[in-house]
Amino acid sequence: MVDNERVLEKLKSAFGELIHSPEEPWQLLTIRTDPLHITPIIEFLSKDEELAFTFLTDLCGIHWPYRNEKFEVVYHLHSFINNIRLRIKVAIPGDQPRIPTMTNLFLAANWMERETFDFYGIIFVGHPNLVRILNVDEMTIFPLRKEYPLEDNTREDKNDEMFGRDPKLIQAGI
Amino acid sequence: MNREKEHIQLPDQDLEKETVTLNLGPTHPATHGVFQNVIEMDGERIVSGYSTIGYIHRAFEKIAEHRPYYQITPLTDRLNYCSSPINNIGWHLTVEKLLGIKTPKRVDYLRVIIMELARIGDHLICNSILGVDTGAYSGFLYLMQFREKIYEIWEEVCGARLTTNIGRVGGFERDFNDIAFRKLEIFLREYPKALKEFENLFTRNRIFIERTVDAGPISAERALNYGFTGPNLRAAGIDYDVRVMNPYSSYEDFDFTVPVGTKGDTYDRFLVRNEEMWQSLNIINQALQKLDQLEDKTSFHADVPQYYLPDKEEVYHNMEALIYHFKIVMGEIDAPRGEIYHAVEGGNGELGFYLISEGGRTPYRLHFRRPCFIFYQAYTEMIKGQLLSDAIVTLSSLNVIAGELDA
Repeated sequence: MVDNERVLEKLKSAFGELIHSPEEPWQLLTIRTDPLHITPIIEFLSKDEELAFTFLTDLCGIHWPYRNEKFEVVYHLHSFINNIRLRIKVAIPGDQPRIPTMTNLFLAANWMERETFDFYGIIFVGHPNLVRILNVDEMTIFPLRKEYPLEDNTREDKNDEMFGRDPKLIQAGI
Repeated sequence: MNREKEHIQLPDQDLEKETVTLNLGPTHPATHGVFQNVIEMDGERIVSGYSTIGYIHRAFEKIAEHRPYYQITPLTDRLNYCSSPINNIGWHLTVEKLLGIKTPKRVDYLRVIIMELARIGDHLICNSILGVDTGAYSGFLYLMQFREKIYEIWEEVCGARLTTNIGRVGGFERDFNDIAFRKLEIFLREYPKALKEFENLFTRNRIFIERTVDAGPISAERALNYGFTGPNLRAAGIDYDVRVMNPYSSYEDFDFTVPVGTKGDTYDRFLVRNEEMWQSLNIINQALQKLDQLEDKTSFHADVPQYYLPDKEEVYHNMEALIYHFKIVMGEIDAPRGEIYHAVEGGNGELGFYLISEGGRTPYRLHFRRPCFIFYQAYTEMIKGQLLSDAIVTLSSLNVIAGELDA
């Protein structure tokens, strides 16, 4: 019987300290690692016969402007045989974030990585066609980053406080 | 155009041969929405293709970061608009998980009824349009009137037809009225006959079989690797269904089978969707029986006044209701911190909501796992080496909905 404990145990024995801060929010095992080791970890998870995480459910980015490591890429894997989901979070330092691509393991990663690049500017090293997918090619910004407010912050006809938005935070680009 | 040209892959020995570039879409009726396929043709055969999407991108994820939880429901309507109630309820279930709300059984069963009706509505439009794409219009006319009937049921339940915005966090906005149940009964009585007729028209039809068997096939292994879910994955032979694997909203109480195909071609996808409609009817019938057996015959929402918008009548006469109404609308009630992935079985497959809450009135990050967006990238591989007419029926049977593709 494979459960969260068993998954973590196998990962720890294979990768040791590279797997850190495990949590189980709402029973979904969440682990963290760094960009250098994400490829071998996901390869191990997908090729291991007992664990068999053969399905990449989701991949997306997050922007944390106040943290040292400003960007995060989150992978959701699913093992159909054991019916277990697993979340892997990778924090990436720097203003020009880079992380290896997963396209050689999962074809599904292709467009998901293009979307993440499109919105956050995270570069997936080795991706076969890393171009914008939903936004126009001419765009120069990465719109889901927190420094781009939803509305024009020079508008004066709306009192932001009345709409639950803190004008100071908007000015600070959050 | 230059970028598309880079993706043309000519067969090895055919470098001298001249090919033709065909732009299928972005506003071609065969593309069922706004997406473009640049196809390189060698005569009638497809050599390679390249898909371009993003024509109706509306930045839902960015908007969601600035809206209170209950105001995100209308955004989910517009994902797969052929079955918006599934998206609505999927979102509500996600927020309920975050807030720790447990809904009464009656709400669960009513939700199951609505979601299965939505699934029927989604599948019937996909399958009947597949008929239109093969040149048969009458099947579409048979079934479309029942989609109208489904709309009418939704109209009774929530007042809207297409972008339904059904329900609230915690349950439904109001109880189902008698007319809704009566309309549902009529639908359940009449639809099986029409569906049977529709099946008779297509499943053993020589022309339909010739047009769809072996059109746009995909193996189970490739489908999995491409992230397929829903009927498209099941047609390839893998019986993955979120309702069975990770039941939500009391799906564990229902008996139903998950139909699977073998070859993963257009015909299999058609059969799987047809069978799923029968299964959905079966589930709705069971749900109605279970509703009858429940002792509680009145509750239509959970008892969580701090999260559930009170009835308008009450707001006028009850001080607490007025306070809660004000606090909820002004977003003064903070959600707890948390990180959730919740999935439901949408019309097209696993529709997932990845939600990060840092506290506060809005999500810090919300990501929609849209099944269409993930599997549509396999389309060009599926039509490679096929005829142009196969490409049309393949696209039709994949049921790619532009709203979900471009969220």
